[in-house]
Amino acid sequence: MTDEIAIEFVDVTKNYGAAVAVDSISLSIAKGEMVTFLGPSGCGKTTSLRLIAGLELPTSGIVRIAGRDVSQRAASERNVGMVFQSYALFPHMNVLENVAYGPMIRGEAKATARARATEILEQIGLKGLSERLPSELSGGQQQRVAVARAIVQQPDVLLFDEPLSNVDAKLRRKVRGEIRDLQKRFGLTAVYVTHDQEEALAVSDRIVVMQAGKIAQIGTPRDLYERPASPFVADFIGDANLISGQVSKGRFVSADLDLPLAGADGQAQISLRPERIGLTPGDAGPVGTVRSCTYLGSRWEFEIETGFAELLASRPMTEAPIAPGTRVSLNIPDTAPIRVA
Amino acid sequence: MTPDEIRASRAAREKLAWLVLLALAVLVLPWHQSLPTGSTPLFPSALGLAAEGRGWLWPVVLALPLLVWAGFRDASSRLFLNIVLAGFAILVLQGFAVGLRGPAFDVLATVFPAAAQGQTGFGWGGFVAGLAFLGLIAHSLALRGFCRGDRFSATAVVFIVALLGLFVFFPILKLSMAAFVGPDGELAFGPFIGRVLAPEIWRLDCLTGGRRCGVVINSLMLGILAATISTALGLALALIVARTSFRFKQTLRALSILPIITPPFVVGVAIIVLFGRTGLLTQFGADVFDVRPTRWVYGLTGILMAQVLAFTPITFLVLLGTVEAINPTLEEASQTLGAGPVKTFFKITWPLLRPGIAAAFLLAFIESLADFGNPIVLGGGYEVLSTRIFFAVAGARYDLGHAATLAMLLLSLTLIAFWLQSRWLGRKSYVTVTGKSDAGLASTLPFGLKGVAWAVVIPFVIFTLGVYAVVLVGGFVHDIGRWDLTPTIAHLRTAFAFEVGTAGFEFYGSAWNSMKTTLLVSAIAAPLTTAVGIMTAWLVARQDFAGKNAFEFGTMLSFAIPGTVVGVSYVAAFNVPPVDITGTAAILVICFVFRNMPVGMRAGLAAFAQIDRSMEEASQTMGAGGGVTLRRIVLPLVKPAVFTALVYSFVTAMTAVSAVIFLVSARHNMATAYIMGRVEAGEYALAITYSTVLMIVMIVCIVLIQLLVGARKLGRRREFQGQITPAE
Repeated sequence: MTDEIAIEFVDVTKNYGAAVAVDSISLSIAKGEMVTFLGPSGCGKTTSLRLIAGLELPTSGIVRIAGRDVSQRAASERNVGMVFQSYALFPHMNVLENVAYGPMIRGEAKATARARATEILEQIGLKGLSERLPSELSGGQQQRVAVARAIVQQPDVLLFDEPLSNVDAKLRRKVRGEIRDLQKRFGLTAVYVTHDQEEALAVSDRIVVMQAGKIAQIGTPRDLYERPASPFVADFIGDANLISGQVSKGRFVSADLDLPLAGADGQAQISLRPERIGLTPGDAGPVGTVRSCTYLGSRWEFEIETGFAELLASRPMTEAPIAPGTRVSLNIPDTAPIRVA
Repeated sequence: MTPDEIRASRAAREKLAWLVLLALAVLVLPWHQSLPTGSTPLFPSALGLAAEGRGWLWPVVLALPLLVWAGFRDASSRLFLNIVLAGFAILVLQGFAVGLRGPAFDVLATVFPAAAQGQTGFGWGGFVAGLAFLGLIAHSLALRGFCRGDRFSATAVVFIVALLGLFVFFPILKLSMAAFVGPDGELAFGPFIGRVLAPEIWRLDCLTGGRRCGVVINSLMLGILAATISTALGLALALIVARTSFRFKQTLRALSILPIITPPFVVGVAIIVLFGRTGLLTQFGADVFDVRPTRWVYGLTGILMAQVLAFTPITFLVLLGTVEAINPTLEEASQTLGAGPVKTFFKITWPLLRPGIAAAFLLAFIESLADFGNPIVLGGGYEVLSTRIFFAVAGARYDLGHAATLAMLLLSLTLIAFWLQSRWLGRKSYVTVTGKSDAGLASTLPFGLKGVAWAVVIPFVIFTLGVYAVVLVGGFVHDIGRWDLTPTIAHLRTAFAFEVGTAGFEFYGSAWNSMKTTLLVSAIAAPLTTAVGIMTAWLVARQDFAGKNAFEFGTMLSFAIPGTVVGVSYVAAFNVPPVDITGTAAILVICFVFRNMPVGMRAGLAAFAQIDRSMEEASQTMGAGGGVTLRRIVLPLVKPAVFTALVYSFVTAMTAVSAVIFLVSARHNMATAYIMGRVEAGEYALAITYSTVLMIVMIVCIVLIQLLVGARKLGRRREFQGQITPAE
């Protein structure tokens, strides 16, 4: 069992003076898995990553990598690879020297280290650039060197700290695909930090959503989008309309909204995804008034005022626009509402 | 080997090395510098001495087997750490408990009769044992997570703290204790109160006419006047350089380093040559106005002249920075709102300048308080704290208690000034420099102000030129004091004569001895100073450890201590066991290292602020510990800071006088002390010659250091700065 778990946090807390950056987190990451820490800035996701790297040591709790307790062990004495946001390539060494640095430091002969580095550089598509200085490479090439440098030592875990934030918006889709391919090809355990939910959904096996130093929810991308466990997760992953109301006898009621909803009676909050709200001009069922209608190229976006909330609705281009001020009736499928509180 | 095994074996090897060192120190090396009286051990090690009846050494010896046992069980355990800490504490305590003349406590004498014979200072054994204990403390702390578990950084922190403690804070502590010692060697408040309140320190008689003022009043008056004048001059120069179409900006900047490489006393001597009783200008004035020439320049006037000359370049650099940092758009905004140039200057520019002016003033004030060379040459009967301290130790009547009291007063004044400076700048820093480009041109100085600035600056420039002309010419003419300008190398020959005989070079000039010591001491001190300074900066900027703020404060505080105070404190602390090192060349090196270390530290801090720390983190995640990261990643990137620190510490060591004057000995004399002797003997030409040679040597050395450190990779760094923030 233990050899299946690559990384384990047991009740890990990190304080900076009085401030709590990470608040008693426990989780485990399986070998070969790619897990993303996702959350707004200041939620503790980067600190969690640095706790795995050993660039921070926990105030309390245990961090295990490959079954070994490394809680009080320096970064240099763990076997991790890390790709930094700024790439952090050594400017006074060429590409080959950058990649061969790790193996050499860990005691390999210069020739062996260079051979290893050359091999990795070839596999990653950087053949012929060995003698270049980092300053002579494009941003994308620099990023690949950073990745090559991180995986050359076959680390127990590969860490990515917002690796795409310095990449051109258009290239991001391509580069994140490359990262995912690489992780699968080498069978690496990877932990990835980002604040971009779309990026997280695209690259992860599982996502850890963090909020104020705690884990809000862990799950597959689909879990999180379709079954958010809290209003925060619902709102952070994709767009969500959060509506408060009362549940009784299996129905959720808020003003003129009345939907079937399982679960205990009493106060409740549901999340409605904008694309699940249908609109037809008219007065039947729950109604609302269109406040604005925005053309977004791929779809229309409506702001609708209702008796229970301000709603955001999103409709495909195939439907006709509706002029502001129009009364509309809302068609909400029974499967659309997700209870989040 | 897996990384895990590599890690374990490295840690074990380091632990073993420290334990072996400790074993060597207590079992083999001679514990003391010289054998204590009445001891004839087979081996003069701690073990040998302890076996011979000096039982107070047993705990130190027995710590060794205990540590070996606990260390091989688990070096990260609380138990191991406690044993090491206890061992180190006992090592220190026994050093103080049994002094040169016997035990400090009677109990010890009854338990260990041998203690009555006393013990001498630590030798190799004592020092190496201390080293090994500290290394083991750091090792154990790192295993427990100190410094993010990095053993190299933990060791560096522990050692630097210990060194600062021993060479900065312990002497000051010893000195403040000396201030409370009465004439018979007893500790008491009475003598201290008496000395602090003595009229010769505080009296204000000079204001009411007649007699002289107290020495503190003298120091304060000199400090305030020197600071005011040099700040005004610095401001005028800065405004002219930054706000007029003045063309020789770079020249002026380059010249402002002159006072740094000017040896002390030489400016004083030049002033005497020009304005002394038989001085050129005094004689000229006396002839013209038909009055008797007097010794008018000795005293406040002369010291002021010399200090203003020395401090104006400092205030100029500070104020130039402030003037150039003012965002021109602020002034443009004022003018578009309808204010004229004069109104804009006083309503906008001036208030923005005020924090800079305060900083420059306090800096000059602190420098003036600490200055020793000028008051001693030009003071005449005008005594200030630094000269009084010197005479209390080096004069006819050796009175350490008196010197210590005065030193505490001087230290308090300086610390107050530092405190004011940090408070003032902390509250009132108007940073108008932003990352955005400052469009707009700096407005030029209003016409009237420009006139005032030039009127202030021109006499100063003429005066400076005159002084340096005397320095340049004086060494190579027959007798500049009497305007006998026949060129000669007689003075040079007196100082630096040598012959190439059959046995090689024979140096029989009178200055060779001190020159060799100075070069040697400076050459040893400069790299050490740089290493300690840059290392400390790195720890402060990059490491995270408990007590970091106190650590940073302590290092900066050591910079605030005036040289004279350092000198006396070293006399008070290191003349007696357990650390008895006065009269050695080592104490000179140590003194320079810890006095100049903060400058290396500042250069380092500025450099580290420019470098993305994730490069070091990358190196760490790739398996490099703190030491390897420092050597292979950090140092190549901070070469300019290394160069600055090396040059500065070398030059300061060459020209320092205030602390060193207390520490030189017949065997280890320094150039500055030799020059001071020549000045006192009235051999001005020789003093000037030596100073000129020193300046030339310094310039040559700076060039050599530059070649050695090399600017080879600096070009790449510039490119790299574009790389860490890609323009995407």
